[in-house]
Amino acid sequence: MFFVMTPSRRLLSLRRSLVHCRGVSVENTGRKAAVDRVLSAFRSICGEDGVSLGEAIREQHGKDESVHRCRPPDVVVFPHCVEEVSALAKICHDNNLPIIPFGTGTGLEGGVGAVKGGVCFSLRNMEQILDLHPEDFDVTVEPGVTRKALNSHLRDTGLWFPVDPGADASLCGMAATSASGTNAVRYGTMRENVMNLEVVLSDGTVIHTAGKGRRPRKTSAGYNLTNLFVGSEGTLGIITKTTLRLYGIPEAMVSAVCSFPSVQAAVDSTVQILQAGIPIARIEFLDDVMIDACNKFSSLSYPVAPTLFLEFHGSERSLEEQVTMAEEITQSNEGSDFQWARDTETRNRLWKARHDAWYAAQALRPGSKAYSTDVCVPLSRLPQIIVETKKDLLESRLTGPIAGHVGDGNFHCLMVVDPDDLDEQHRVHLFAERLARRALALDGTCTGEHGVGLGKRALLCEEGLEHDTRLE
Amino acid sequence: MSGRVLVGVKRVIDYAVKIRVKPDNSGVVTDGVKHSMNPFCEIAVEEAVKLKEKKLIKEVVAVSCGPQQSQETIRTALAMGADRGIHVEVSGKDYETLGPLQVSKILAALAKKEDAQLIILGKQAIDDDCNQTGQMTAALLDWPQGTFASEVSMDGAQVKVVREIDGGLETIKINTPAVLTADLRLNTPRYATLPNIMKAKKKKIANVKPADLGVDLTSRLEVLRVDEPPQRQAGMKVETVEDLVEKLRDTGMV
Repeated sequence: MFFVMTPSRRLLSLRRSLVHCRGVSVENTGRKAAVDRVLSAFRSICGEDGVSLGEAIREQHGKDESVHRCRPPDVVVFPHCVEEVSALAKICHDNNLPIIPFGTGTGLEGGVGAVKGGVCFSLRNMEQILDLHPEDFDVTVEPGVTRKALNSHLRDTGLWFPVDPGADASLCGMAATSASGTNAVRYGTMRENVMNLEVVLSDGTVIHTAGKGRRPRKTSAGYNLTNLFVGSEGTLGIITKTTLRLYGIPEAMVSAVCSFPSVQAAVDSTVQILQAGIPIARIEFLDDVMIDACNKFSSLSYPVAPTLFLEFHGSERSLEEQVTMAEEITQSNEGSDFQWARDTETRNRLWKARHDAWYAAQALRPGSKAYSTDVCVPLSRLPQIIVETKKDLLESRLTGPIAGHVGDGNFHCLMVVDPDDLDEQHRVHLFAERLARRALALDGTCTGEHGVGLGKRALLCEEGLEHDTRLE
Repeated sequence: MSGRVLVGVKRVIDYAVKIRVKPDNSGVVTDGVKHSMNPFCEIAVEEAVKLKEKKLIKEVVAVSCGPQQSQETIRTALAMGADRGIHVEVSGKDYETLGPLQVSKILAALAKKEDAQLIILGKQAIDDDCNQTGQMTAALLDWPQGTFASEVSMDGAQVKVVREIDGGLETIKINTPAVLTADLRLNTPRYATLPNIMKAKKKKIANVKPADLGVDLTSRLEVLRVDEPPQRQAGMKVETVEDLVEKLRDTGMV
C-alpha cells in the first residue's frame, strides 16, 4: 500500500533536478532581459507607482505564511481593474514571463513563491464589492476584498459569507485555493459557494466561467468551468471577480466545550453526532497537547484532555433539540458536561482560543516555527488515523499538537520545529509524508483545505492525480 | 417610571470606507458612498435591548435626525430589537449644518414628550468626533449623565455606571432619569438576522418635524474648509551617522 522510492526513480529525479538547474541559469538571463524589455509597457498600463522593482516589495510578494522560503518575483505590478490585468497578462504571455497572482499572501503552502521568477500581479488595489443582491443571496467581489471586510459590509443585510479559514484572506484567493474553514461542516467550502468567476487567462483573454453577470442558484449549462478554476491555485488564470453564495445570519448561536477521556471517545462522538443528522455548525477537535498550549497562551483553564468545541446555529427552539441530542451522544461516550457560551462575548472568547491555536502551538517552544499538516479522510476512518498519528508523533519525538475540523474528517498537526535543528526538520518532513500516505491509504486526500502549493506535488501523483501535476 | 429608553442612532459614512475630500474642499464625498449606523450607536442600541431582555426596562425607542435615508438606520435598530422608531426629518441645508447642539435640543424635547427614563447614546459619531450630544442633552434636561460607559447596571431607580477615564475606571451611581453614552467596551452589538429584519418591517416609525418640537435648527458654526491630512513625504537614506545628525540639524529637528 505504501509507495516506495525505488533506486531507479531516485536517480531519475536527481538527474532531472540537475538538468533543471542548468536550464534555470540559461533561463535566468533570458528572463531578466525580457523583464527589462517590458517594464516601460507595464508602467504605461499601471502608472509609475503601479510597478515595483524594490527589493523589499518583491520579497513581501515572494512568500506567504508557510514555512517555504521566500522566492521573490522579478517585478511586482499593481493593476487597478480587469482591463489592466488583461493587458499585463498579454505582455507577459508574449514575452514568456511567468505570472503569479497575489491576494493577501496568507496561504499556507507557498503558492505565491516565484520559483521561476516572473511577474507578481498584486491584486490588492482591486477592492470593490460589486453587485450585492440580498434578496438573491449573492454578491460579487474583487480580489482585494477579504472575508472579514465582506462580512462587515454585509452586516446590516442579515447575510454573511460563512467560509472562514484562519486568516483574513482574499475571497478570490480563497476561491483559487478552494479554501475551507471551521463552518464547512454545515455551510460547505469554496467549491460549494462560488457561483461564477471572472478569470484572466495567461494570454490576456477574459472569461466568465458561468457566463457574464450570471448568478442562477443552479445550472446545467455547459461544462462546470467554475469548479475547474476553484482550487487551481493560480495555475490556470488570474481570478479577478468571484460571485459568492451568501447565507442568512443564524438567529441564535450556542457554543459548547466538552472533554473526553480519550481521543477515540472524542472522535467517535463526532462521527455519531454527524450520523445522527444533527445540523451542527462547527465541530472542532483539540488534543490534550493543543488544549494545554491554548490554556497557557490564552490564560484559560480547560481540562487537559481530548476536547471538542461545538457550535450550533438555528432558531431558539431548534437549538434546544440539537443540543439535547448532542449532549446525549457525548455523555454516552463518557464526555464531560458541556461548558456553555451563549452570548456573543463569551462565544468569541471561546473561539478565539481555537483560532489562536497556531500561535499557542508556537508559544510552546519560543523561537520555533510552525508547519501545519492538512489531511482529510472519510469520517469513519477518522478515529483510526488520529490514534495512529498520535502514536507516530510520540515515536518520532515530535511536538505536534492536533487541532482540526473533525466534522469534515479534516485535521491539522501543528508541527512545532526548531528552525536550526535540521534533524528535527527532517523528521517532521518524513512524519508529514507518512501522515499523508496514511490518509491516502484510508481513501482520503493529502490536502483537505490548504492546497498543494510547493510542497505536495509528489503526493498529488500518489493521490492518483498525476494529470493535474503536468498542468503545473 | 415609564420604563422607556430613547436611543439615538446616527447615519454616518461606513467605518470601512476610504474618505475622500470634495474637490472644492467644502466637505467629504457622500454621494454613492456606503453609509451605516455609527458604531457607538450600535453599542447603545445593544445595551438598551439587553436591558429590555433582562426586563429592567419596558420599551426601546430608536431616534434618528436626518433625511429620508435615516429611516434605514432606524430599521437596523428595529432589527436589533428596538420596539419602535422616531424619524426627525432634517434635510438639505439644515442637515448639512446639523450638529450636537440642535440634536440635543431635539432629543431633550422628545425625552419630555415620550416620558423617557433613560437616554442612551453613542459616546461620539465617527464622522465629526464631537463627543458633545450626550453631555448637552443631559444639561438641557438637567439630568445626571454617565458618559464613556463600559458597564451599566440598574439598581432600582438608580444606575451604576463604570466609566472609562484616562486614569482607569471610575464607578458612579446616578439617579434616573439620566443620559448614558456608550463606549467601545460596553458590549458587542448583535447582527441583524433575516427573520428580525422581516419583523422590523412591521414595526412603526413615526415622522416628526423639528418645528413640531419647537426646536430652532440654526447653526452657530460655519465650516470654512475641509482638507485631507498632509500626504506622507518620501524619506531619504543617509550613509553614516554623521550625515544623519547633519540632516537632522539642517531641518531644525535637533
